[in-house]
Amino acid sequence: MATVAPYQLGNPLSKVHAEAADGQRQHAAWSPYDDNGGTVVAVAGEDYCIVAASTRMSTGFSILTRDASMLLQLTDKVVIASAGMQADRKALHKLLQHRNVMYQHNHGRPMSVSATAQLLSNTLYLKRFFPFYTFNLCAGLDEQGRGAVYNYDAIGSYERSGYFCQGSGKELIQPVLDNQLKAASPLLLPPRSTITALPLDQALDLVKDAFVSAGERDIYTGDKVEILIITKDGTRRDELQLKLD
Amino acid sequence: MFRNQYDTDVTTWSPQGRLFQVEYAMEAVKQGSCAVGLKSDTHVVLATLKRSQSELSSFQRKVFKIDDHMGIAIAGLTGDGRSLCKYMRNECINHRYVYESSMPVGRLVRQIADKSQVCTQRSWKRPYGVGLLVAGLDSQGPHLFSTCPSGNYYEYKAMAIGARSQAAKTYLEKHFEAFPGASLDELVRHGLRALQSSLSEGELTDANCSVAVVGKDLAFTLLEDAAVQPYIAALKEDEPMQAEGAAAPEAAAAAAPVVVPGAIEVEPTAAGGPDGGEAAAERALREGEGPAPMEAD
Repeated sequence: MATVAPYQLGNPLSKVHAEAADGQRQHAAWSPYDDNGGTVVAVAGEDYCIVAASTRMSTGFSILTRDASMLLQLTDKVVIASAGMQADRKALHKLLQHRNVMYQHNHGRPMSVSATAQLLSNTLYLKRFFPFYTFNLCAGLDEQGRGAVYNYDAIGSYERSGYFCQGSGKELIQPVLDNQLKAASPLLLPPRSTITALPLDQALDLVKDAFVSAGERDIYTGDKVEILIITKDGTRRDELQLKLD
Repeated sequence: MFRNQYDTDVTTWSPQGRLFQVEYAMEAVKQGSCAVGLKSDTHVVLATLKRSQSELSSFQRKVFKIDDHMGIAIAGLTGDGRSLCKYMRNECINHRYVYESSMPVGRLVRQIADKSQVCTQRSWKRPYGVGLLVAGLDSQGPHLFSTCPSGNYYEYKAMAIGARSQAAKTYLEKHFEAFPGASLDELVRHGLRALQSSLSEGELTDANCSVAVVGKDLAFTLLEDAAVQPYIAALKEDEPMQAEGAAAPEAAAAAAPVVVPGAIEVEPTAAGGPDGGEAAAERALREGEGPAPMEAD
């Protein structure tokens, strides 16, 4: 075998070559993905939908910014929330925004939340073998005016639910939402609606409390929470200050 | 004359140096119903006359939104117009994707012109049979462009294309100096009055007329049916005042004794040059004359 240069500090590929020459298993020392943290939550009500996202963007153990938005307001009635990698989030949101413009040109009206949900799923699956590192929620009001929340995995598998959360704080928040919003088991057939009967202000308080608690234990959740409240009268924006540590 | 010998395909020149197929394509534009465009320092307005195939059918769409800052009015082959509209929309979306900003109007118009020119120089293609009035706003201000099948394009302060557009152009030529400072309402009214001049019979209604506006703080908005009704109603209120008002400015401009519309017939050529020209135009308007052969409404 040809002689291989020894490992050089700062050159990731040389490590790979050196290890390969040794007969050791190779794996990439460089990853195209990075987790920028953050948590998103959405709750659907009888005539409203609440979408909330933390605004801290991190990498490793550092904070990159305290004021990054994870929400995309596509139309009056539809919001996309994406946790995960910021670069992929921006690329995905850009794509969806432009597909929305095309839809409006062709149909003469904005996209419904169910159409957006399907579009998002297809868009994610198109990159099945190099996925968007985003964990998405699609939320808004459906054609009947009831709240709708759709949750996704990274490659587009989706389902409508009454509430969901994604991101770094999801394991902390999801059980709380399950407990409070009285979810029937998703294993039941026929599926029971999980749209909450709680009035708007109570659901909003629940979401805010959930974020405060998550912010205590999850290092990637903090700084601020950006909240969009969608009702038939339009979208209202609210902000919740969280601890900066 | 020799027209029939040199007009078979677009790649054949005539001995006079003309491409008849391209000229025939421009005739198709003249067949379409009238579309008027005009701009002020802050807004651009498009006003169009919609045709319907029969009493049973709907009126053909003439105005299309391209992007928030730009829209077009078409005259001629609607299919070709829709195809260009699709292309323009796509280009605007791609531009926004890459540059995160709105497409400059002149650049897109030039792309259309280049696209049109290609069709005049390929034996397996035919020219587009549609003329566009492109109204848009960009960092340089409001713009109005006109494109045609030949691949030419010009920027205008005000322009009309389609059937009997000459009558509308005459109105625009008379009043264009008032446009830059005009408010949006006044601009729309001028547009509708210009459009009215091109009518051979009937009148503007909310069903056969569609208006679009775009401005500095106003995204491209299409006004049709109920939305355009107030402007048409306002036009009717203006009319009695118009007839009296029309006489005075003409007199002032021509510096001749008061020219009352009825009196023109009495002394057709006695009046001086500009007067005679205006009189002829007036007569033409009232009798509903226009470019003769191919008008069918």
